[in-house]
Amino acid sequence: MSRRILGPFNRVEGDLEVILDLDAGQQVAAARVNSPLFRGFEQLLLGRAPLDALAIVPRICGICSVSQSVAAASALAGAMDIRPTANGARATNLILAAENLADHLSHFYLFFMPDFAHPAYAGRPWYEATASRFAALRGSAAGQALPARAGLLKLMGFLAGKWPHSLGLQPGGTTRALGASEKIRVLAQLRECRAFLETTLLGDRLEALAGLDSPAALAAWAAGRPGDFPAFLALAADLGLERTGRAYDRFLSHGAYPEDGAPLFPAGFWQPDQGLTPLAPEQISEDSRHAWLVDEEGPLHPRNGLTRVEAEKEGAYSWCKAPRYAGQPLEVGALARQLVAGQPLLQELVRRQGASILARVTARMLELARVLPAMEGWARALEPGQAYCAPGTLPNEGQGAGLVEAARGSLGHWLEFRRGRISRYQVIAPTTWNFSPRDSRDQPGPLEKALEGLPAGPEAPPLVQHVVRSFDPCMACTVH
Amino acid sequence: MSQNLRLLWLQSGGCGGCTQSLLCHERPLFAELAGAGIDFLWHPGLSPASGPEALQILEDAASGAAPFDILCIEGAMLRGPAGSGRFHLLGGSGKPMTDWVARLAARARWVLAVGSCTAYGGLSAATPGNPLEACGLQYEGNGKGGLLGREFRSGAGLPVINIAGCPTHPGWIVDTLETLAQGGLVEDELDELGRPRLYADQLVHHGCSRNEFYEFKASAEKPSDLGCLMENLGCKGTQAHADCNTRPWNGAGSCLKGGYPCIACTEPEFENPGHPFLETPKVAGIPIGLPTDMPKAWFVALAALSKSATPHRVKENALADHPRVLPVQKKTGLK
Ligand code: SF4
Ligand code: SF4
Repeated sequence: MSRRILGPFNRVEGDLEVILDLDAGQQVAAARVNSPLFRGFEQLLLGRAPLDALAIVPRICGICSVSQSVAAASALAGAMDIRPTANGARATNLILAAENLADHLSHFYLFFMPDFAHPAYAGRPWYEATASRFAALRGSAAGQALPARAGLLKLMGFLAGKWPHSLGLQPGGTTRALGASEKIRVLAQLRECRAFLETTLLGDRLEALAGLDSPAALAAWAAGRPGDFPAFLALAADLGLERTGRAYDRFLSHGAYPEDGAPLFPAGFWQPDQGLTPLAPEQISEDSRHAWLVDEEGPLHPRNGLTRVEAEKEGAYSWCKAPRYAGQPLEVGALARQLVAGQPLLQELVRRQGASILARVTARMLELARVLPAMEGWARALEPGQAYCAPGTLPNEGQGAGLVEAARGSLGHWLEFRRGRISRYQVIAPTTWNFSPRDSRDQPGPLEKALEGLPAGPEAPPLVQHVVRSFDPCMACTVH
Repeated sequence: MSQNLRLLWLQSGGCGGCTQSLLCHERPLFAELAGAGIDFLWHPGLSPASGPEALQILEDAASGAAPFDILCIEGAMLRGPAGSGRFHLLGGSGKPMTDWVARLAARARWVLAVGSCTAYGGLSAATPGNPLEACGLQYEGNGKGGLLGREFRSGAGLPVINIAGCPTHPGWIVDTLETLAQGGLVEDELDELGRPRLYADQLVHHGCSRNEFYEFKASAEKPSDLGCLMENLGCKGTQAHADCNTRPWNGAGSCLKGGYPCIACTEPEFENPGHPFLETPKVAGIPIGLPTDMPKAWFVALAALSKSATPHRVKENALADHPRVLPVQKKTGLK
């Protein structure tokens, strides 16, 4: 048995350390994931005016800032017993979708693909082309992808003032009513984004990718097609990435993008053999056994959750708590969202081989293809002259929960206030789920599980890197 | 290539939002910086080197074996618990980030604090009692000090350059970096809080689309109203230094255009205003945070006068989320 410590684990959002115990064959026998930075936002919010959360929580995370805002606004709306106006709901969807899609682009182009320019792959038939296109900082792709991402985020300039850290997301809707000309600008911006996705990333119409219903159809679609995602599919087939990176094959989604009545992507819990069951938020708990935090009286529902530092703690190795659903670890993210939403291609992929690097990346691409057309619809539906923000009054005491989907998966805020001041605030972020440490029953977190069995000696190809980044981790959120 | 400036970037107690904001730059970022003569030696979010390879780059820079020019730090310095720095050990190194930053700062020609957390402590230092023992590089809130101490000077003889903002505008960072590449920056180009004057010489209020409402004290009362946000909704734009209303955010935005107040995120201690962010503290109905450069008696007199003269259009529209009363059309030709 030998030990390898991987860190600083770069091209993820925030700092990360992965500790690997290798067996005699240089394969991972056990992995421990350490989030080495602590931030303390849950304490910071205590004693503040409840609406101050809207200014503070976006600053938990610079990459999913809007998701944090939407979760807080939704928790506060619950406590105020109001609902966003129709325009406010559409604008919120647009703002959240712009962030989520921009994050998918950052992930693919900046964080994930550059690993295939690693010299370990020199000699593969796809290596030269991949290295010149995707090498970090030098590749030709970033010069196209960054302006496309910035273009998508220009929606924020119209709808949310700025990004990251907007105060425009409020319990009653959004604070910026669009004029007639701005609505036209938003639609033009979305067209530009569609053009980038179709010409550069996918090499086909969004609708064509979104309509694929099986892994076989995907393979046939990709064969010989120009575009960055088809290029990834070719190298993924060569490297067998559909067989690498399986965690627990249990998936959760809070449901995303409410539309009149049903959300675009429903909430639920999905497993390959048992299919879909309804989301049961009361089954969520957080376990601090292996975090440098006080254990309290065992795992707690976040409604009653506490976050108290215990820096010298036996057996602790991370600042991250371990969220569990009915006591079990599970995976969140674009893949989970699409499985819960019944996407047939991904369901078949996971039924056959379990979750994998390939499935996670493909899920993000399918989301880009499915969400952008929905955004076009929300933008067209914005009604000039109708209200964007419903007024409301905050009671003196109250509580609420905001369950949303960030790019990286399910995000929950649980808030309680008394005598006009926040008395409890608990956050479970997507990467808290995916990169959790072990729990009181010593069950490894999802990434810890997914790394087991991988070759990881000094000469191994960077498979561990691919698996870690396939989750698109965000450590800043994790250690809020 | 060799005379290009080498830029080393590290992240600590922050949200990563300043890097995310930087990536929103209007033009292809990497090409622009390379063209201006700036190369990334390492950036945790962007560079290829990972693990031991990355640590070697940092170690060589810190020991002086591999000289570099610019050190950008993003995020507050977490000195806790009990001065140990354990709230952030740099992954893989087992050493506190505060040690790395102190060693690297001693070797850099310029040290940039990117974002208000890094400059002054920011939200990371806002937890009651500051259990993280968070501070900025050369400030602790309003006071000088911080991790590097009040006397710190980088190789080029400057104090820490504070690109304050939560987050920073990409233009503030890029323009500062390119000023360095153009031959440096002299101390006179920093304001008294260490901020580059290229963006901190203005007030947020300058160029605000709500200026007409401000003039007539026609004020918003609830989120999404078009009126001026100073009287009721906590706007500090008349006091905060930044060019947010003349340098567009994300193509066309600003906090004020977005319909919400300036919370003065470029100022030390903005995170603890002593009142709810979205409310204006008042004494006897008068906001206590008066515009910079304006004596209180003037403000009170002017406010009363302008309120009495507010045009119907301005008064009505201040309380709506889109204009309800439109400017009249002059039928006689403009004079
Ligand atoms: S909203 Fe703020 S920045 Fe705009 S005019 Fe009023 S005081 Fe000035
Ligand atoms: S308007 Fe004020 S709060 Fe908004 S970014 Fe500028 S300085 Fe910060």
